[in-house]
Amino acid sequence: MEFFSSIWGFVPEWLQILIVILLKIVAIILPLILAVAYTTYAERKIIGYMQDRLGPNRVGPKGWLQPIADTVKLMFKEILQPTKASVAVFYIAPLLALAPALIVWAVIPFSETMILADINVGLLFILAIASLDVFGIILAGWASNSKYAILSSLRAGAQVVSYEIAMGFALVGVLMAAGSLNLNDIIKAQSGNITDWFVWPLFGLFAVFFISGVAETNRAPFDVAEGESEIVAGFHVEYSGMAFALFFLAEYASMLMVSTLAGVLFLGGWLSPFQGLDFLIDLPIIGMFFGNGVHWLLLKTAFFIFLYFWFRATFPRYRYDQIMRLGWKILIPVTLVWIFLEGAAIALGWKPWLS
Amino acid sequence: MIANMKHYFKSFALLELFKGLKVTGTHLFSKKVTIQYPEEKTPISPRFRGHHALRRYPNGEERCIACKLCEAVCPALAITIDLEERDDGTRRTTQYDIDMFKCIYCGFCEEACPVDAIVETKIFEYHFEERGENIMTKEKLLAFGDKHEVMIAKDKAADAPYR
Repeated sequence: MEFFSSIWGFVPEWLQILIVILLKIVAIILPLILAVAYTTYAERKIIGYMQDRLGPNRVGPKGWLQPIADTVKLMFKEILQPTKASVAVFYIAPLLALAPALIVWAVIPFSETMILADINVGLLFILAIASLDVFGIILAGWASNSKYAILSSLRAGAQVVSYEIAMGFALVGVLMAAGSLNLNDIIKAQSGNITDWFVWPLFGLFAVFFISGVAETNRAPFDVAEGESEIVAGFHVEYSGMAFALFFLAEYASMLMVSTLAGVLFLGGWLSPFQGLDFLIDLPIIGMFFGNGVHWLLLKTAFFIFLYFWFRATFPRYRYDQIMRLGWKILIPVTLVWIFLEGAAIALGWKPWLS
Repeated sequence: MIANMKHYFKSFALLELFKGLKVTGTHLFSKKVTIQYPEEKTPISPRFRGHHALRRYPNGEERCIACKLCEAVCPALAITIDLEERDDGTRRTTQYDIDMFKCIYCGFCEEACPVDAIVETKIFEYHFEERGENIMTKEKLLAFGDKHEVMIAKDKAADAPYR
């Protein structure tokens, strides 16, 4: 230990900062990728159970090694490339889809101190980066030189852009209530007890946010971009092997991101639902569990991820025009009305919320 | 007006969607119907049409009299029969081949057979590893029938009342 600290002293300061930041990034990305792998497993299991099946249970005990086996299989597969594909774009597209999905995690506060970049425009940063996600999809569809792929990426592009607006308005409601764009401040604005969470005063916005979040990530029932019954697999028909896996990684990372964001913005992030019940928090040992901490954020994320799978197992796919109608004619007016009412409530100082 | 309000309330409260979620939600905890195939198996009817077999009489004499009815009825032309007169004056096959790749397991050969010689057993787990193995010769079919005679006799007896 002393040996390391003596070496550490000789490292120039800028390099020290760089190393620390890199280590922090690794500490976020590695668990994230592991979480993505096991999200696919959870999805197959949950949807299987909802369809009275057992889901994957052959690889390893109870199928726990299934995602590992899938990854290994994909890694050893050849990455095929269509003859007339635009080569450079074809290979850049999956990276462009993945990078924004990972970058967003920089501003997510996992607990009061566990945050990579505690910037003041956290919410704006997330909106900005999340909209970059669609570039990967559009470029993948275009570079594949395939009719199915280009159709799919057109659909995905239009859908993501439309739902971005409803989502943005939902976030405007949150920042009006919190009075800040910093995610940690937003969470702190919800402290007190469970009734201070933003879900209650902003319930409509919360519903709109999660619905548009599902649409943003191109998941069922808004997955016309994949629509296997019409356009095979959509924008990633021509991809195989690891390039294909990167799209999946991006999709699931975005799902996790939307779930985490829903937890942070509306369910108080790392705040415990038992806040204010001091006798529980003062308990020895299990009091730790009832107190604030990263585990509450993880639980909230898990809950929303479960909702994703529940929706997928339940709802049939929307038609393309129905998706557009829902986005433009229903979700956006709902958010506008809600924001107006919220503004009035804030201006008039209505209690107990939004004071 | 009231109906209109009702409609708006229903669609904004997402009532129909929650109904759907309830259905899948209850199925999440219901009993699973999956059968873990190699370890568990579904019950098989005695009528099941699987691997073919040629049977013998209890005294060891082969049943088949080379009448060629099965060959004639076979819709996939999977059966090839050749015959000769044996020294004791009976009519027997010298060749009885079934091409298992051509066979569609319709069971017509079994229906057509006047002496219950060719039968389809309920054994369906078999495979071929080399070319030519898919041709089931007379020897192979007889051996298969000898091996599973007890089971075949039981299945045929169980199905007899319904024929």
